[in-house]
Amino acid sequence: MSKQASTEIKYLVAQKVVKRPKKYCRFRKYNIKYIDYKEPEFLLNFVNEQGKILPRRITGNSAKYQRKVAQAIKRARQLALLPYVTDLLK
Amino acid sequence: MAQSAKHYETVIIFSPLLADDDVRRETAKLKKLLTDHECTIVEERYWGLRQLAYQIDGKSNGIYVIIEFQGPGHVVQKLETEYKRNENILRWLTTALDKYGIEYNEKRRKGLVGKKKTQDATPSTNPASSIVTTSAHE
Repeated sequence: MSKQASTEIKYLVAQKVVKRPKKYCRFRKYNIKYIDYKEPEFLLNFVNEQGKILPRRITGNSAKYQRKVAQAIKRARQLALLPYVTDLLK
Repeated sequence: MAQSAKHYETVIIFSPLLADDDVRRETAKLKKLLTDHECTIVEERYWGLRQLAYQIDGKSNGIYVIIEFQGPGHVVQKLETEYKRNENILRWLTTALDKYGIEYNEKRRKGLVGKKKTQDATPSTNPASSIVTTSAHE
């Protein structure tokens, strides 16, 4: 018994385990194959307040679609549909 | 040459100082250049006056026109030379469409895209002559 007690780690207060909802790639989930660079409203989902492209670890996009999103955002910027640099975009 | 007919989409931003007729005249000129070089115009869309996200040549508005065409790749260079010569064009972007892009544009023409979101209806029956104001979900 003394042996078992030494191997188990016990806490006085129950540890809080925060379960975040699992991230997913919305393009795969909803079967979106083409990302239109002429839709700035949609692309706003993938930039932060300064107009920077959000990383995959935040958006949850798969690598393939993250590339396409980045491409679309860059095209939209060139056409002045999205700003290159800004503040308080949202 | 046989397999060189590709799908292209070109977006042109005209100066906001142009009148509506002038924009149409300029676009017609560009379209003629395309058709002269064995291109087929798939679609032509007028977004109309739109605010730019940042100033270009000291202008904060621009008139957006989109032409989708199918043709040989060497036309793009000729087209872009034409853009450079034209002082009324603030900016342009020509992209080659992949198969998904073509599919998407066809769906949009039929009004299938963005229907679940807030759609302001009226899919333009005659895209060549109707002014389509910018709605992001188009």
